[in-house]
Amino acid sequence: MNKQLLLGAEAIALGALDAGISGVYAYPGTPSTEITEYIQKKHAGQVQAVRSSWSVNEKTAYEAALGMSYAGKRSLACMKHVGLNVAADAFINSAITGVNGGLVVAVADDPSMHSSQNEQDSRVYGKFAMLPVLEPSSQQDLYHATREAFDLSESVRLPVLLRLTTRLAHSRAGVERSAPRMQNPLHALYAPERFVLIPQNARRQYNLLLGMQNKLEQLSEQSWLNRLITGSGSKGVIAFGIAFNYVMEVRQTFELDFPVLQIGQYPLPRKKVESLFNACDTVLVAEEGYPVYEELLRGFFGGDNIKGRMDGTLPRAGELNTDSIARGLGIEPKGVIPVPDLVVGRPPALCKGCGHRDLYDALTFVMSLLSEHHVFSDIGCYTLGALEPFNAIHTCVDMGASITMAKGAADAGLRPAVAVIGDSTFTHSGMTGLLDAVNDRSPLTVIIADNDTTAMTGGQQSSATGSKLFEICRGLGVEELHLRTIIPLKSHLEENMTVLREEIAYEGVSVVIAQRECIETASRKKRNKVANT
Amino acid sequence: MQINIILAGVGGQGILTIAAVIGRAALLSDLTIRQTEVHGMSQRGGAVQSHLRISNRPIYSDLIALGTAHLILSVEPHEALRYLPFLAPESSVITSIDPFINIEDYPAIEDILAELHRTNRPVLVNASELAREAGHARTSNMVMLGAASPYLGIAAEQLESAIGELFHAKGPDIVDVNIRAFRKGQQLSQTQATET
Repeated sequence: MNKQLLLGAEAIALGALDAGISGVYAYPGTPSTEITEYIQKKHAGQVQAVRSSWSVNEKTAYEAALGMSYAGKRSLACMKHVGLNVAADAFINSAITGVNGGLVVAVADDPSMHSSQNEQDSRVYGKFAMLPVLEPSSQQDLYHATREAFDLSESVRLPVLLRLTTRLAHSRAGVERSAPRMQNPLHALYAPERFVLIPQNARRQYNLLLGMQNKLEQLSEQSWLNRLITGSGSKGVIAFGIAFNYVMEVRQTFELDFPVLQIGQYPLPRKKVESLFNACDTVLVAEEGYPVYEELLRGFFGGDNIKGRMDGTLPRAGELNTDSIARGLGIEPKGVIPVPDLVVGRPPALCKGCGHRDLYDALTFVMSLLSEHHVFSDIGCYTLGALEPFNAIHTCVDMGASITMAKGAADAGLRPAVAVIGDSTFTHSGMTGLLDAVNDRSPLTVIIADNDTTAMTGGQQSSATGSKLFEICRGLGVEELHLRTIIPLKSHLEENMTVLREEIAYEGVSVVIAQRECIETASRKKRNKVANT
Repeated sequence: MQINIILAGVGGQGILTIAAVIGRAALLSDLTIRQTEVHGMSQRGGAVQSHLRISNRPIYSDLIALGTAHLILSVEPHEALRYLPFLAPESSVITSIDPFINIEDYPAIEDILAELHRTNRPVLVNASELAREAGHARTSNMVMLGAASPYLGIAAEQLESAIGELFHAKGPDIVDVNIRAFRKGQQLSQTQATET
């Protein structure tokens, strides 16, 4: 057996390792987390070490990856789609500087929002930055495409965006490896004309990037990731990324023979697209995510011969699947067994015994006695406090927004203004907002729910917990008198409520660190300890 | 040959262990496999499912189309019902009858069982009891895998080798108890099949 059963995310990891990366830089985020985790596990103790611990956020991750590339080595950055918003400044500008060692950024989008706030399409970022984007459709193709992405990056001296979506990231298939490649030697280049983006350099570099676009399109025309499957009939399909799988499933199941143009590399190969359109009267555009290329192909006025997400042939929102593609091709679904009426929803919930439960019990009681009881929160397990029976938090927008939104509300006169944020989210994007609040003396209370891990994504190492968090807050200028620690346990309920009540009443910046290890992490540690003895 | 299986349960109940065993065994048998997993937010005590597809030719879609599953294999009776639209009309549900109650409006178990009996020849498994008989309460997922084993298109020996590989690191006792649990489920399934 020479195949390994790998998640799509893991196929990227293995492809990157075999491409000779010297480092991976990432912040955990569903559905991208398993890329980095695989590299961490696989590469512990290897001869050619691969740097792989977690970064504070996606921006620091991407910039470090760019620095490794500057030094001549190959590097991989990984993030979820909304993580690219955080790294966008570095990402867009790295298209202007270009790279030295191969730089690939793997971005996992989450259409249908299984674990995300939106379903933004990272291909738009690729287009925006004018960089090559790869979007393979199978685990095996992900492996090969990742390896080749590093060669591509070095040959065009640009970063390459590798886009995938939840179903491919989190689906396993057998993957075959090819021989691994050695890492690049250290060969940092002095190239200030490229890397110092003062206007005179940036203008020249930008023109070079514009001049590369034809070359990038030619590469797309030749790419094995873009291929035309010939067929018969007047209807054709252009299938992007994972949508190709659903289209081919329908074609196979219903024994159809329509032509299919598979797209897995951008910019769009004009000649290949033209050849499909020349052979067909109507073309169904199947894209996972936004109708990015459907819109482009339709143009502003025309496009009667184009079907897709924009005219309702396919659903405008959410993931595609075999059923939605079949309907889009005019195949009516057979009757299915309905879900019995008695079936009820089973939403995710905070674990039994989780410290966040005890924190919310204390906080909700304290807040219930106040006339205004808004709690600004953030992204992590504690976001589940928005659901029954807690109903404890009232906002969750983006990483770090709890503190800054509470600050703005406090500035507007809202009393009290309370923020709840986790340890990992605090270091990701909360610290800077806290400094704003300290500088402005905005009256707000920040509760850092410190469970010693990045829990929601499965328990990754958090950048600062425990005493380190305390020191960060003190260093940012939070007064020690109003920098308190509580232990969220049932037996501490009374004293925790007292601390919260006092700090919420304080007319200045106060921070309460609620410290108790995630029970999942704790029991995992215990199990590993037993297994190792 | 093509087999589509919906694996169902609640986050933390171990359906991914079942999937891992089947996946390994499929590779050992030189079959093609696709198997989706749920990671992230829904894992926290929420409903989770895995689409598992096994074939001797290439598989395109990671997801199973509605009405085309050959089997729903559930480690929880209520969760088995949630995915009925995926089941092909002539196919069956194999489920544990041990309820996992972490929601307030969990329906009465009698009503759930009545619904299950309305489906086509369901295989209902007292998984926790069989797991205890096998020697460990936490092996009920291997009981369920055993109960499904006659329908997977994979030889039982390959499944047992995969169990051996998967639990190897935890020592021979753990491997043995899981194999025993697997066989308990297999026996039950075979008995039910001869009765009908």
